[in-house]
Amino acid sequence: MRQEVRIGGFGGQGVIMTGIVIGKAASLFDGKNAVQTQSYGPEARGGASKTEVVISDEPIDYPKVQAPDIFIAMSQTALMKYKDDLKEEGILIIDPDLVNEDDIADFVADKKIKLFRAPATRTATDVIGLRVVANIVMMGAIVKATGVVSVEAAKEAILDSVPKGTEDKNIQAFEAGYGLIE
Amino acid sequence: MVEERFVLGNEACALGAIAAGCRFFAGYPITPSTEIAENMSVLLPKNGGSFVQMEDEIASAGAIIGASWSGVKSMTATSGPGISLMQENIGYGVITETPIVIINVQRGSPSTGQPTMSSQSDMMQARWGSHGDYETIALSPSSVQEFFDFTIKAFNLAEEYRVPVLVMSDEVVGHMREKLIIPDSVDIVKRVRPELEEGEQYLPYDAPENGVTPMPAFGDGFNVHVTGLTHDKRGYPDTNDAETHTDLVERLCDKILKNKDKICSYKEEFCDDAEIVVVSYGSPYRSVLTAVKEAREEGIKVGSLKIDTPWPFPDEEISKLAENATDFIMPEMNLGQMVHELERVAGKDANVHLIGKIGGVLHTPEEILEKIKEVASKKED
Repeated sequence: MRQEVRIGGFGGQGVIMTGIVIGKAASLFDGKNAVQTQSYGPEARGGASKTEVVISDEPIDYPKVQAPDIFIAMSQTALMKYKDDLKEEGILIIDPDLVNEDDIADFVADKKIKLFRAPATRTATDVIGLRVVANIVMMGAIVKATGVVSVEAAKEAILDSVPKGTEDKNIQAFEAGYGLIE
Repeated sequence: MVEERFVLGNEACALGAIAAGCRFFAGYPITPSTEIAENMSVLLPKNGGSFVQMEDEIASAGAIIGASWSGVKSMTATSGPGISLMQENIGYGVITETPIVIINVQRGSPSTGQPTMSSQSDMMQARWGSHGDYETIALSPSSVQEFFDFTIKAFNLAEEYRVPVLVMSDEVVGHMREKLIIPDSVDIVKRVRPELEEGEQYLPYDAPENGVTPMPAFGDGFNVHVTGLTHDKRGYPDTNDAETHTDLVERLCDKILKNKDKICSYKEEFCDDAEIVVVSYGSPYRSVLTAVKEAREEGIKVGSLKIDTPWPFPDEEISKLAENATDFIMPEMNLGQMVHELERVAGKDANVHLIGKIGGVLHTPEEILEKIKEVASKKED
């Protein structure tokens, strides 16, 4: 089965890193295939930043996302700019502190979107004490809400990607994020 | 031990270069090839090599030619305007028969064009971008793994034929991350050095049967004059003699053309009974395969020919496919370049259709499928 994931936010949130961690988890630790791409260009700084990951049990021919099954929005700009082609009954995960939910009420209802709220930035600051791990908190929420990669693979990929000495904080962040989704 | 990594295409290219034995890189960073220079600047010092950031691209091409003559496998990487600036020295590499590898991660052009977007619009420049009659070899990868594998292959072909080899990648492949499998060891072609019998006179350009002369390095003790002027078998300039020039330039071309069967590489899928063949190279192949599989499910007899080596163009294989196929379709991220080669070879026996796309975005499988269906329905009429 082919699954398409899109993550949007603003430059500096670690959005692209999250895409790489998902791709790595799927391809190196879950034994699947994955292709990760990202937005390049002037909009990557401060403005909207985007990464996309295609995951499949089969070899992946066309490498780009056409209509995502899963969209994670970590900023209002990214939410509004990148939401429209989310699949009918697709999964949308938002950081409720960073987006205006009212703006998407119709969209969610019309497309029967499964909406999850994960206050990743607040959790990173209040629970872990490190704002920079918000993306890894979100990673935990993504894994719980979608099962797009396994918990074990996600943890392996995080350990493989984060700077030495920060492993414990990042695993705590992942688990805190996992706990945000019922 | 076999190693698996999840890396950018451009990083895979750098890792391939190191695996192939590249120990010198000179370049000038330019989007979307910059990560190659960046990775080489980290990898080369750790592997006993040297990295030089040059003042511009023509100097970069000059530096790798010089490094190659000192006996070191050498490479540069560029995009867009950078490859234009290198052209004169590519010709110099051809006539001096210097093994070098040039990576071109193609972007939207002409001029500075679209730095962050993809394209395949430098394909004819890879063929004859420098002045003069010559033959080079160009490889086009369609995945992260192929960017690694083809970079190694480029070094091997450069050494085997003493010729500049171009890896004509594009932004899609350069900037995607996929799994890369790095094998324990890779097959590497080592440079053949001259060996003289006692009392034998050394003729640096007296080529054996295959047209490729053994190549000494500076400091090996052989007297070699390396010149861009037309030279005789001794390497001395001889610029007014028609025969000397003809012999030299024909040999430079023939060493590639007469070994085409060994150099050309391609992959056929679903071609056995194909009446329509989609011919692609580089990243559009990814969309072709999806489209061909879907068209097959609808009962259309369509196949895919993926060309690994656009230059030299695989005439023979295409002629063979044209015996059964009535239509060829070629998607290219340009307004029609390699399609002219396809027309030259297959145009007598079959219809050739271009799906030219510019703007920087890869063809979708639907765009290719639509063309396949259109061609198939016309056939029925």
